[in-house]
Amino acid sequence: MIDWVKKMFGGPTSSSTAKERLRLVLMTDHLALAPDIIENMKRDLIDVISRYVEVDRDKVEVNFEREDRALAMLANIPIVSVNRPSPPPQPPAQSGPPSRRRRRKKPPAQSPATAH
Amino acid sequence: MHQPVPHEVATPAAKLGRAIVVTSGKGGVGKTTTTANLGTALAQRGARVALIDADVGLRNLDIVLGLESRVKYHLLDVLEDKVSLDEALVPDKHSETLVLLAAAQSREKDEVDTEKMRALVQGLRERFDYVLIDCPAGIELGFKNAIVGADEAIVVCTPEVSAVRDVDRVVGLLGNRFKPQLIINRLRPALVKKGKMLSVEDVNAILRLPLLGVIADEPEIIITTNRGEPLALRHEGETANAYHAIAARVAGENVPAPSPELKESLMGKLGSIFGGKRA
Amino acid sequence: MSGRRIVITSGKGGVGKTTTTANLGAALAKRGLRVILVDADIGLRNLDLVLGLEKRIVFDLVEVVEGRCQLRQALIKDKRFESLSILPAAQTRDKDAITESQFEAIVAQAAQNADYVLIDCPAGIEGGFRNAVAGAKEAIVVTTPEVSAIRDADRVVGKLNERGLPIRLIINRLRPEMVRTGDMLSVEDVCEILAVELVGVIPEDPEVIDTTNRGEPIVLDPAARLGGIYEKIARRLEGEMVPFTTFDAQGFFGKLLGALKAG
Repeated sequence: MIDWVKKMFGGPTSSSTAKERLRLVLMTDHLALAPDIIENMKRDLIDVISRYVEVDRDKVEVNFEREDRALAMLANIPIVSVNRPSPPPQPPAQSGPPSRRRRRKKPPAQSPATAH
Repeated sequence: MHQPVPHEVATPAAKLGRAIVVTSGKGGVGKTTTTANLGTALAQRGARVALIDADVGLRNLDIVLGLESRVKYHLLDVLEDKVSLDEALVPDKHSETLVLLAAAQSREKDEVDTEKMRALVQGLRERFDYVLIDCPAGIELGFKNAIVGADEAIVVCTPEVSAVRDVDRVVGLLGNRFKPQLIINRLRPALVKKGKMLSVEDVNAILRLPLLGVIADEPEIIITTNRGEPLALRHEGETANAYHAIAARVAGENVPAPSPELKESLMGKLGSIFGGKRA
Repeated sequence: MSGRRIVITSGKGGVGKTTTTANLGAALAKRGLRVILVDADIGLRNLDLVLGLEKRIVFDLVEVVEGRCQLRQALIKDKRFESLSILPAAQTRDKDAITESQFEAIVAQAAQNADYVLIDCPAGIEGGFRNAVAGAKEAIVVTTPEVSAIRDADRVVGKLNERGLPIRLIINRLRPEMVRTGDMLSVEDVCEILAVELVGVIPEDPEVIDTTNRGEPIVLDPAARLGGIYEKIARRLEGEMVPFTTFDAQGFFGKLLGALKAG
């Protein structure tokens, strides 16, 4: 009877609740059953991120967390260093008016007397 | 010479909680539902209750209680000392004094160390008034590990020949250590009346066990499992009241035994609307 | 040619494996096929009881394995059908009384003289399950439209996939009226979640308990609706395209046309 009242007021049916819960719990069950998939995922993730920043591979952690309505993957990837952004590649030299793109000139090397 | 002050003041030994295994032999008769609802009913009375899902590999107590999204660690994590018991115990969503220790889903039953299981249950008994152990179906290793820490047993049976036969076998296997009590589940009084289902007397004539309670087959059970909200959270309805009566009997109260004739006259399509007067 | 070897399994207990094995076996036998049913639930045997053959047991599976009798001596011929026999489990032994390869050998032997060997699997995924599956080349997973049953079925499907067995699904104990009110998962819901080929949908029927009490397979009763359903499953197993009777949602005829497309 209580369930009927719930439905009357526009709440989800118990079967749609069940379906949703099953969907999420089976995802978690499947992940628990496939530790090698998680390892592969972790490795691939590290490889991709490493193309952009340098990471501490040994300290990478990947976890799956359940909230009430969703499963989320949380990855903690310690970054060791970030390379200075390199200038965009230059087009080959052209005759004619100089390109409007600003070029940063390399600053003159500092003499030891003035460097700090 | 001045006596050193003792670090600890001796406290009187706390009363050890009761460890009850819920078993059946046959699967699908309602062990997990009974464990969840009995645990809920006991907790609703203020008792501190710990539920253990011993069905390693096929865990379901968590989903029946609606706690599946909150389980982080499980029985084997604790038995293998990967986490502490407190990290693994999941507080129930609805009942304050109820906690769950979930089974491992991705492991096998033969990975449970029997002696460690016994020690775990013993440890829980020191902190809780009741430790209910949800036993897996069957009589293999899972069953053996589930009963190892318990000192009482509840057997659940449906009024069907195969279930009765399996309970009979299980009672034999439980041996003299236990004096099992019986819950008859999924009774359909209308069918009993037509002679198409075993009656409570039929079942008990074969099993001869003290009867703890009788629960009728109700569609509400399916609905409450869909939602993960045990029926015993309610205090109206025949089945909810049946669980409360069982909890009271477990606690030692003298609640009158279920009367199948009374149930038959109350049952019918509108059974749940009448609200339980007696279970 | 050796017969088909199908294990009937579920993970969750009480969803109807034994009843399905008995009735599907009977339905196949009714079509003139030679059927042997094997009860792999050592220690908790029930297939004999459900067929009403419990009083005729002389030898059991374990005794055959141990060589104390021949297979044909242990087989009990069901007198109600021309070509149905059962090999009962042992009641007073443990599931570790036989090994996977021993069980496989028995099933292979039985399949020499049958069109179908149906193996009634115990609940769970422990040794009894492993033995039962070892004897099979195909699997039927039985589930009810309930959360715990589906979760367990999913686990079992995973285990069967590991062994490369083709799997079909039977949804048992469906209650169309509850599906209609949104209180029970529908056939579509279950199929979507488990993603296994559907071979049968069996509605909840109080008559079934009565038939198992009396030890009479429901396919023997021409008036019983359920008997017809098991016969349809038998036909589908034989390769026929039989439409699913639709019990739920938008009206019988509308959905029936849809189901005809699905086959």
